[in-house]
Amino acid sequence: MSLQTHAWLVLAFPLAGTILLGLLRPVLSGKKAGAIGTLAILLAFANGVAAVIKLQELPSESREVVSSLWTYANTGGLDAQLSILIDPLSLLMVLIVAGVSTLIHLYSVAYLASDEGYVRFFAYLNFFVFSMLVLVLAGNFVLLIVGWALVGAASYLLISFWYRRNTATKAGIKAFVINVLGDVGIVLGTILLLGATGSVDFLTVFNEAPQVFNSNDGTLVAACLLLMVGAFAKSAQVPFHTWLPDAMEGPTPVSALIHAATMVTAGVYLIARMHPLFELAPTAQVVGGIIGLLTLLIAATIGLVVTDLKRVIAYSTMSQIGYMIMAVSSGIYVSGLFHLMTHAFFKALLFMAAGSVIGAMAGEQSLNRMGGFRKVMPITYACFIIGGLALSGMPPFSGFFSKDDILLGIGELGGWHWILYVGGYIGALMTAIYTFRMIFRAFHGDPCEEAKSLEAGRLYHAPEHRNPADGTLEDTGVGFPGSKHHIAERSVAMTIAMGVLAFLATTAGVLQIPKISHVMENFLEPTFVGAKHFGVEIDTSLLLFGMGLGTVLGLLGIWIAWTLYVKRPGSAAAIEARFAGAHKLFANKWYFDEAIDFAIVRPFAALGRFGQRTVERVVVDGGITAGPVSLARVSSAAVRSWQSGLLRAYAAAITFGAALVLLYFLLQG
Amino acid sequence: MNISWYLTVSAIIFTIGAAGILTKRNPLVILLCLELMLNAANLSLISFSRMWGNEDGQIFAIIVMVVAACEVVIGLGLIVAIHRRGLPVDADELSELRG
Repeated sequence: MSLQTHAWLVLAFPLAGTILLGLLRPVLSGKKAGAIGTLAILLAFANGVAAVIKLQELPSESREVVSSLWTYANTGGLDAQLSILIDPLSLLMVLIVAGVSTLIHLYSVAYLASDEGYVRFFAYLNFFVFSMLVLVLAGNFVLLIVGWALVGAASYLLISFWYRRNTATKAGIKAFVINVLGDVGIVLGTILLLGATGSVDFLTVFNEAPQVFNSNDGTLVAACLLLMVGAFAKSAQVPFHTWLPDAMEGPTPVSALIHAATMVTAGVYLIARMHPLFELAPTAQVVGGIIGLLTLLIAATIGLVVTDLKRVIAYSTMSQIGYMIMAVSSGIYVSGLFHLMTHAFFKALLFMAAGSVIGAMAGEQSLNRMGGFRKVMPITYACFIIGGLALSGMPPFSGFFSKDDILLGIGELGGWHWILYVGGYIGALMTAIYTFRMIFRAFHGDPCEEAKSLEAGRLYHAPEHRNPADGTLEDTGVGFPGSKHHIAERSVAMTIAMGVLAFLATTAGVLQIPKISHVMENFLEPTFVGAKHFGVEIDTSLLLFGMGLGTVLGLLGIWIAWTLYVKRPGSAAAIEARFAGAHKLFANKWYFDEAIDFAIVRPFAALGRFGQRTVERVVVDGGITAGPVSLARVSSAAVRSWQSGLLRAYAAAITFGAALVLLYFLLQG
Repeated sequence: MNISWYLTVSAIIFTIGAAGILTKRNPLVILLCLELMLNAANLSLISFSRMWGNEDGQIFAIIVMVVAACEVVIGLGLIVAIHRRGLPVDADELSELRG
């Protein structure tokens, strides 16, 4: 089969899986649905691998293949094809998305085994993978927007999956609204680019851009900033980030797949995909770099104090995506994408392991109640340690190489980028602290009730089901993985998924080691060969200094966490009391929710109330529509009285009416 | 024979039917009167057919009979249903659809 066929099949299998599962929902049993869903994604992944092999057979300069299935619309100067762009960048994303998704499907087969919405879950999950693959394979802006919006919809469906939970539906709505804001940004950016270049096709726009725009052309900067709004909304960057922590209401595999490994990295992909435009708009690049830095620091500080296990990981996701946005905005695309890949591995691993802990805690997610799980769940503990070391950037785990790659690249740029360089290392220190704070609090210390019960050989079951977010009682049909609980490491499917990811999180770093291995760089070369900072040699002294500093900061962070939470367990509270102001700021998430509520939600709600009470009731009802309404009421009252309900009266009316008509014509004649 | 005799008979039967519908309250009798009106129309159709010497009017008459048969089926069914529900079998009492 040809390269194009493989690429289209990548899209076809998840779509087929969605439709099949959706249609067969009433008749399918749980296990079968899981198998169908997992198989569909596995086949998509296999086709992705085949496409990569086919693509590598082509000469380097022709590794950008556009394949069009049919014409969407061809009117008024707009030529939108249903076309996909197959190049190393899109295929790298396909491999990450489909690969991690396969493992997460496998994990979900066991994780949601007792959930009533099992088939629905897999239909949604396949739908999400399909949407995400459309997004990354899209060959023009129109299809990109389609994928972008479908991903938002899939995310909404999956966050609100346990729809009888009030908190979950609210979180879903929040995520959807913020994502739509991003969609609007992308649509407007596309319109600007279409107006300037006359095309929506990626390659045409990229080729036209240098001729149409000067460097830092106002229209181009505006278009890039609008595209960035989309990227920031999807990738949970400040100030569009508030939906991501709330999205943890979704089932844990969803958090692992969508809100860690794939969907939230779409913004990084978008900026990397649009790099010919961003290189022409340095102002937009500066904005992206600053926003990335702000996000990575703000999220890390919140991660230091938040007590919900999944939300710690969520804030760390935001923070790590901040690194990626910083990298791709500074023009070092390969490093950003490398970190995207390793992050997908270790963050999905951390979420899966967190799902295991939450299973053992019967749905409880608060770190305050956890403790001492180290002995009873050794595999989960090992996964957490591997994921945590990779996240903290400790050698030789994958995160070390990818994070250092970003910081080295930024250090090499010099100039104002030193702010990003320093901020990145501060963030790295905080990353190590909050990661190991989470691990030490959940796994070390005195065993909690649930851990003891597990040690005695029985799984803890909560006497009554409560929503972990707000403590309200809920019916047992919904919520934490069904009415029964599972521990990841007691199930083969879940252990396999975690094992593969743990292996990848440990070893994926070898793909790109400065001066030694350049697999990523070589693979992505056809896409980024024109970029300004592609393949810049790193200064050896900077390299050694950076790697040393990264390791030292990681170790320092782990040591701080060890001291605070294991060696002297009370000291964390003392520090909180000492810096009460900062703690309050961090624990309230820098008041972003409140600020948005104050600046946007309340004025609009007030405007709506004004519209309803004054404009509609008084002006519209009283002034404009009052006359016609009363006229209709009076005239209909007159006609209504004829409708007596008496059959014979109707018959008489017809008879005499017909007789009158007849008489009229007779007299006429 | 002159066609006007046939038409006169037809008109008389039609008027009897119409008067029955307007004066009777029993739905069953109303249905019977309706039948009278339809067949009066049939009579005039056939008379005209005879007058012109072709079959169009006869075909019309057969169609009218089919329609009449359908109407009787539905009408009788309604009356039986009204009776079974214990409602009054009286066209004037069944006036719930007034405005």
